[in-house]
Amino acid sequence: MRRVIEGSQAVAEAVRLSGVQVVSAYPITPQTHIVETISDYCEKGEINATFMRMEGEQSCLAALIGAQAMGVRTFTATSSQGLAYMHELLHWASAARLPIVMAEVNRALAPGWNIWTDQTDSLAQRDTGWVQIYCEEGQEVLDSTLIAYRLAEKVNLPVMIVLDAFFLSHTYEPVDIPDEDEAHRFLPPYKPQFRITTADPRSYGALVTPADYMEMRYDISLAMNDVFLQLDDIHAEFSSIFGRTYGPVEALNCEDAEIILLTSGTITSTSRLVVEKLRKQGEKIGLLKARLFRPFPVDAFRNNLKKARKVAVIDRNCSFGAGGIFAQELKAALCNDDVKPLIYSYIAGLGGRDVTPDVIEDIYWKTKSADTPEQESVWIGLKEVSHGR
Amino acid sequence: MIELRFHGRGGQGTVVGTIIMAKAFFKAGFEVQSFPVFGVERRGAPVESYVRLDNSKINLRTNVTTPDHVVVQDRTLLQNIDITRGLKPGGWILINAPANDKDKNRYASFRVAFIDASRIALNYKLGTRTHPIVNTAMIGALARVLEMPPLEAVAEAIREDIFIRTEDNIKAAEEAYRTVLL
Repeated sequence: MRRVIEGSQAVAEAVRLSGVQVVSAYPITPQTHIVETISDYCEKGEINATFMRMEGEQSCLAALIGAQAMGVRTFTATSSQGLAYMHELLHWASAARLPIVMAEVNRALAPGWNIWTDQTDSLAQRDTGWVQIYCEEGQEVLDSTLIAYRLAEKVNLPVMIVLDAFFLSHTYEPVDIPDEDEAHRFLPPYKPQFRITTADPRSYGALVTPADYMEMRYDISLAMNDVFLQLDDIHAEFSSIFGRTYGPVEALNCEDAEIILLTSGTITSTSRLVVEKLRKQGEKIGLLKARLFRPFPVDAFRNNLKKARKVAVIDRNCSFGAGGIFAQELKAALCNDDVKPLIYSYIAGLGGRDVTPDVIEDIYWKTKSADTPEQESVWIGLKEVSHGR
Repeated sequence: MIELRFHGRGGQGTVVGTIIMAKAFFKAGFEVQSFPVFGVERRGAPVESYVRLDNSKINLRTNVTTPDHVVVQDRTLLQNIDITRGLKPGGWILINAPANDKDKNRYASFRVAFIDASRIALNYKLGTRTHPIVNTAMIGALARVLEMPPLEAVAEAIREDIFIRTEDNIKAAEEAYRTVLL
């Protein structure tokens, strides 16, 4: 049934439908309504799970690592500083091959204190072995959370569902909430591929010498590559049950586009309006939305960028000293390829600054008028400031 | 697309008011969005919250800067906030106050409507004597001002979201709908 709910609640509804068994949370800012709603459901008995209120985010993930190893479905949610605090255990979760699902609301890191949206928190975790899926609207958030469990449990890797703070987490909009039967048809109860049990005692997390460690890491790498294949199947099955279609990327008007905007998160939605407007004016503009970031969907990008002359990547994040992160990754992915559009890198909307249709249009015109890209990322909409020099 | 901006103070149910309004519009067949000004809420401080409605899917995901209409839940805000910021010419300003020429003249380039929502809220004992919760009366009045959504949709949305004194809140919305001065 379609109901008007918040992006945060869309996550909570999916978690309710997933039949989750253990949820952990540290309930203070930068936390969102996600775990507040889930704790309410646990209290009312609408979710039959153990809700663990921890003393910090590091403990949240530690608790789930323990629970998941026992063979139950788990969930947690966090943001910014909370995710940074989890960093050590993010590696642990993936290397222990535990299919934990986490919702991560993109919020800027401090100082200065800022609770608004910014992707640097999640993108800074790109090397931790977690699958990352970026969402643009409430429906996609709900659907992707269900998809995340299927994927995680298939490849034995943890999955992060990523959504923009406020523009998505705190925005109410209509979302189709599946009924329980439908959801269970897509996501049946969890059957762990391995679990700790006294019936079959084994040692986990033991010392691994140079003789074996590398193969364990190669296994993770293979599992990441397997995500592309598995996710295609899961997306197809999802579509057959719910009628909504997803892919690692989504392309809009890319077939004949000369300039393609590459976006992620809610900037994508607003960019759709810009593409529609400029197309009407005869501009050959296209839009490529990056939904999957880890693993990085090189083939999907390459296929959609074949005919484009230029790509304008809009990054709401920054790796200081290297620039916009989606732009860097795209450059790296295409550097040995035949498909080589010019890649223009823009940084916009950090710390929740609004990325309006005008801002996006400005990026398009800048890209169109410049024959070659700047060496470094171009920061959009900066005020005149003295940099203390 | 139509964009609405609500002004209120923390604790007056401003954000909840916009959510209920969005749900009422949704029940009436519109696509909707509702969100507060993104920030940190404090009791008594000025609060803004928004509703977007359209006949088709809403892709705009930015702050509302040029609203079509404005709702002012607390008249004292008129002194320190420019509630007409970005307001489109000819838009409605619905003010929680008894009708008065001062406000009407001040905003002469817009259409001004009055509803004494505080009195209505007090009558139905919504909130406390010093802090009446006026949101349901304000949205009832707004439904009349905009001639949408139907009052039944507003009542249904209130029933879904307000669990304390639900029927009194609906009556407050209905009374405001009947008595708003355009």
